[in-house]
Amino acid sequence: MLEASQLACRRGARPLFRDLSFALAPGELLRVAGENGSGKTTLLKILCGLLDPDAGEVRWQGQPIRALREEYSRHLVFLGHAPAVKDELSAAENLSIACTLAGCPASAQAVQEALARYRLPEDSVPVRRLSQGQRRRAALARLMLSAHAPLWLLDEPFAALDAAAARLTEELIARHVAAGGAVAYTTHQEASIDAAVRRVLELG
Amino acid sequence: MIAAARTILARDLRVVLRRPGDAATALLFFVIVASLFPLGIGAEPNLLRTVAPGVIWVAALLASMLSLARLFAADHADGTLEQMLLGVAPLGVIAAAKVLAHWLVSGLPLVAIAPLIALQYDLAPELYGTLALSLLLGTPVLGFIGAIGAALTLGLRGAGVLLALLVLPLYVPVLIIGAGSVEMAAAGLAPDGQLLLLAALLVVSAAFAPWAIATALRISTE
Repeated sequence: MLEASQLACRRGARPLFRDLSFALAPGELLRVAGENGSGKTTLLKILCGLLDPDAGEVRWQGQPIRALREEYSRHLVFLGHAPAVKDELSAAENLSIACTLAGCPASAQAVQEALARYRLPEDSVPVRRLSQGQRRRAALARLMLSAHAPLWLLDEPFAALDAAAARLTEELIARHVAAGGAVAYTTHQEASIDAAVRRVLELG
Repeated sequence: MIAAARTILARDLRVVLRRPGDAATALLFFVIVASLFPLGIGAEPNLLRTVAPGVIWVAALLASMLSLARLFAADHADGTLEQMLLGVAPLGVIAAAKVLAHWLVSGLPLVAIAPLIALQYDLAPELYGTLALSLLLGTPVLGFIGAIGAALTLGLRGAGVLLALLVLPLYVPVLIIGAGSVEMAAAGLAPDGQLLLLAALLVVSAAFAPWAIATALRISTE
């Protein structure tokens, strides 16, 4: 359902990658690997449409994502490097705002359940008072409420997570892939996610 | 689409309420700048009455500049801007909601406090209405124009200074018409023409600025 053809990207004069083509079908798990600065984050941003590649194009169900834009966003969950939570708001407020913006408003109860699964405080503590790992979990809790979006693009989802939260995230990804979704993620750690089709894309 | 706009509006207002310092700074800046002039040019009532509309308008202009740089920068830094770019609502709608929220906390208090400032200039009480109305129509225009600049300078080094250089010249028509309306009223003429012109500016900027802001945001986040 997601196709990248002959993508090329440069950073300054240095080429990050060239002629990069791959496809991601329902039920597939793609791990983007590579050392720091090899262009993993850039590739994910190109795949979700935040960046334009220098050459080539990304297609969603046969159509270029540049033409689809909001229509494509509806099928997509992107969790970037920054946790995308507002410091002044609580984890619950952040999660419900993120879901509304993504076009799938979540009930207060669903939000509380998602936060509870990630063992986040349910009261109205502003995110500012939480630790780095807890912020990360507040962002990842969105995956609990994102089963409807077929494509997940996750940038370093396991960074700063403790073992239990990392296991839960792996479980969510595995479940999504088993249900016919597609997930592309970047990571440094070797993660053990069950999936029928597991592929690795090595950059750099 | 409406839900997304409402969510962004409520979110930005809530963020400001939990950290009221930013909004208060702009308002205090307005009060202080406007209060410096009588001290600087002396307490000659006729002179003060003449310069009042212009000075109050310039102070309002500078105050609305002050908080502009942070309009998108905070969202850019914590990654929430990416989520807005990838949201299902058109980016222009979200941009308009952000400008509205910004105006509610930085423009509207300014309109409310302007008559109090006018008191220092011995402005005739019957002009307070015109002054407040001109600011009420003019400050949202400043917000829309400024937001385009804020979106264009997003992520640049020295964005604050660049933003001022970019946006202040574009504020000139609003300043001339806004201050002009109060001067008209002071001269005993009806300020309707100027006020209608300000209203027209507001309608045009509300219609086109969101689209320009959205385009600028897409360019500067690449």
